[in-house]
Amino acid sequence: MKLEAIKSILATDCGSTTTKAILIEKQGDEYRLVVRGEAPTTVEAPFEDVTKGVLNAAKEVEELRGRQILEGDKIVTPQKGDKGVDIYISTSSAGGGLQMVVSGIVKAMSAESAERAALGAGAIVMDVLASNDGRLPHEKIKRIRHLRPDMILLSGGTDSGNIKSVVEMSELLKASNPKPRLGINYKIPIIYAGNKKASEQIKKNLGKVSDLSVVPNLRPILERENLGPARDKIHDLFMEHVMAQAPGYKKLMDMTDAPIMPTPGAVGEIMQVIAKKEKITVLGVDIGGATTDVFSVFKDLEKDTPIFNRTVSANLGMSYSISNVLASASLPNILRWIPFEIDEIDLRNRIGNKMIRPTTIPQSLEELKIEQAIAREALRLSFIQHKEFAVGLKGVQKERTISDTFDQSTSGETLVNMMDLDILVGSGGVLSHAPRRHQAARMVIDSFLPEGITQIAVDSIFMMPQLGVLADVHEKAATEVFNKDCLLRLGTCVAPAGQVRPGKEYMHIRFTLPDGTAVDKSYTLGEMELFEAPYEEIMAEIIPARGVNVGAGPGQTVKTVIYGGLVGIIIDARGRRPFVLPENPEERVKKLQEWSTAIKEFEDK
Amino acid sequence: MAHAYTPGLKVIPKTIVHKTRRLPLKGDVIVKLNQEVKAEDIVATTDLPGNVVPVNLANMLNLEASEIIEILLKKPGDTLEKGDIIAETPGIFGLFKTKAISPASGVLETISSITGQAIIREAPVPVSVQAYINGKVTEIIPDEGVEVSTVASFVQGIFGIGGERRGEIKILTKNTKTTINEDLITEDCKGKVLVGGSFLTHKAFMKAQRMGAIGVVVGGFNYIDIKKILGYDLGVAITGQEEIKTTLIITEGFGKVHMAQQTFDLLKSHEGKMVSVNGATQIRAGVIRPEIIVPLEGEKELKDKKADLSGIEPGTEVRVIRVPYFGMLGEVTELPHELQRLESGSFARVAKVKIYETGKEVLLPRANLEMIEKK
Repeated sequence: MKLEAIKSILATDCGSTTTKAILIEKQGDEYRLVVRGEAPTTVEAPFEDVTKGVLNAAKEVEELRGRQILEGDKIVTPQKGDKGVDIYISTSSAGGGLQMVVSGIVKAMSAESAERAALGAGAIVMDVLASNDGRLPHEKIKRIRHLRPDMILLSGGTDSGNIKSVVEMSELLKASNPKPRLGINYKIPIIYAGNKKASEQIKKNLGKVSDLSVVPNLRPILERENLGPARDKIHDLFMEHVMAQAPGYKKLMDMTDAPIMPTPGAVGEIMQVIAKKEKITVLGVDIGGATTDVFSVFKDLEKDTPIFNRTVSANLGMSYSISNVLASASLPNILRWIPFEIDEIDLRNRIGNKMIRPTTIPQSLEELKIEQAIAREALRLSFIQHKEFAVGLKGVQKERTISDTFDQSTSGETLVNMMDLDILVGSGGVLSHAPRRHQAARMVIDSFLPEGITQIAVDSIFMMPQLGVLADVHEKAATEVFNKDCLLRLGTCVAPAGQVRPGKEYMHIRFTLPDGTAVDKSYTLGEMELFEAPYEEIMAEIIPARGVNVGAGPGQTVKTVIYGGLVGIIIDARGRRPFVLPENPEERVKKLQEWSTAIKEFEDK
Repeated sequence: MAHAYTPGLKVIPKTIVHKTRRLPLKGDVIVKLNQEVKAEDIVATTDLPGNVVPVNLANMLNLEASEIIEILLKKPGDTLEKGDIIAETPGIFGLFKTKAISPASGVLETISSITGQAIIREAPVPVSVQAYINGKVTEIIPDEGVEVSTVASFVQGIFGIGGERRGEIKILTKNTKTTINEDLITEDCKGKVLVGGSFLTHKAFMKAQRMGAIGVVVGGFNYIDIKKILGYDLGVAITGQEEIKTTLIITEGFGKVHMAQQTFDLLKSHEGKMVSVNGATQIRAGVIRPEIIVPLEGEKELKDKKADLSGIEPGTEVRVIRVPYFGMLGEVTELPHELQRLESGSFARVAKVKIYETGKEVLLPRANLEMIEKK
């Protein structure tokens, strides 16, 4: 079918808890989201067939839209008259997603590139093995035998380098005789993407014990990564092996008109599409029940090219992994965001209960505030992991000039520069479904601490995964729906970085809101304020105090266009580097309530 | 609209329980189809490949990897004893020889001429799987294991720690509301599966372990005490491998929560009988809940009933699984179609539920209800 002829698209995302379906239809010349439905995912007993959840979600779409899409247990494609849809596509993270072990020679070089390839393809990386990771050979073998991943990516060595280390790693893999997680009757897929000179030896070692694929080296020379072929191979094998083993996926693969994509891979696609189209830097987060993914497109300043990075924090999430957020963040860090006093044992029990009954939702306002406090910590910790991982290539020699003498940057420095960030996008249940968008804005601001001038947006109803896979099939439809129905522009956060003495002026702002209200105001450290304004251009002048930076350098005034949005313009003068909350519990609760009121988080009770 | 279906915990007086008993790797099934088995009987065995010991001969002998092949005294496939010489340099005029000694007993699996690495595989580790419940072999999975089935009372908990055990049921409390403290744990708890109450103190659990109790089944427990028992934070609910002497099964949740009356009554009716318990929990895809199985010896076989998947309907008995009504039971009286605004401000599908304890009707998110499954 020709792309222009496509009138309707059904897209589903089979998550670990719920299966979400969206229906997109062509209205006039543009594609728009029409309805959305959801149903519990049915990978588990007693159903053990993912398509049941898909059909239930599609049925809800059908009922809400008031036209027939299903015929018995089939999605009708292509659309005939008012019946069915032209294409059906899907993403999936059910059944634990794609779990991989990656291996390289040097931990900070080939192993890190291999990790980036796996993460970029949407995998959860269970372990990174490297010749120099400090573990003894028998420890590595034991670890591989214990892990039972879905797939292994083996890399190492530049194409002109020596082959000994990578061959040695393949010998360890062979000795461990790894078994895949699902299905004991098939061989584990191993992808080799290392020194091409070692390919024959690798085939000899691993050809019989695994389903081996050889792809071009992902680090052919030290200065360059070539992650594409390995990523594509991971996607192919994900479809052929992993998906085919999960309950009902063979049926689902027959139903879809394009390959099923791992959910995080699809979200990554759409983030890259935005960054490319709008030529901006993007930081995105998708917080789920089991995992939290962080995506970024920042510029590599040396080459002035955009670099995409994705990290997955496999055990930071809001339901299955919620107790792990508590374990990783520690209780005091969660308590610091709760705007009332609560008994510690009670709080721990509530978190434990959410872990064992992951599909429950907060009914009371108190429960909602607790969940949002935990979400802040899950987001903050995931972001720390992302900053550590989203770095330039390590081990690369740099040419330096005399002007670089005072520049302390070294290879392998984080690419994440919050002062350069244009837009921060939040997605995932706790953000997309927050009762008020103001709460979503506060959660991402508190956890990511954007600096300078940053637009804030959320995924309206959590449909980025479906749009990601759609971008591969029909980019026009994906971007139209993304801009009009998916991306909700909440507003702009103005947050200077730097410190001044308490009580001294921190920043002064001047702008005129679209309704004609003139704002000419000074702030001291520790204040927050919201100016409600629609998503329209507003010319603003921001004058920071000496030593304080809003983007143009310490003490430098910025004159720029900022945008309102569903929430508005958020002035965050709480300070950065460091951002501190009062340690005294009473003072802290008072401050949290004050900020909450200023941003109108819980109005209209 | 799609059915609201939150599978509940099973509390079934009489059903057929099927347990798949599978080896971790392919092996031998040693029982026959329709054979009667006891819980302790071994149904399948296999040998796990032995541990692998890598030795880099080139590094040991200070030679190039390619030179190793010529000085080997053992070849791949040979059996080795710890201390055997694998390779030896010729030395000078037969003197000053350097030897590569095997650090382990096993079989010399491979030697690489590229890396100089020898792989020694130790003796296989035998592994066997027991039947776990008294019953009959109803399916043979060739080379992998069996399915054992029995007519039994079957109770699921919500969360547990500790693996498969067997013991005799002993009811510890008079009712579902009592807290189990140290005083209730006595010497006659040895070998027993202790049942009862709304809450188990940490001290009481530790004493139960000391007294040699096989398991404890209780309504609630403090989450922080799980850390005290295990010595580490339990980040995700995947359990069953903990090395503890007493399996713990929580039937309702964390905190002080009365054990559901029907769970208590059913287990009480079996006091003194031998039961199989397993604390293994996995709250991920392929959910696994802790379980208590009481085989009903001599009972005629039932026909398998399909689980009731019709979903929550008016008249369905439910358990509330989140505050503010956490742990309470009630009956669904109405399922409003429209989304309703909750106190939190969210809009959600709700159910009107008559709470037994208070007699009042309240609107609750359907996501916070669990069906009580009796079939």
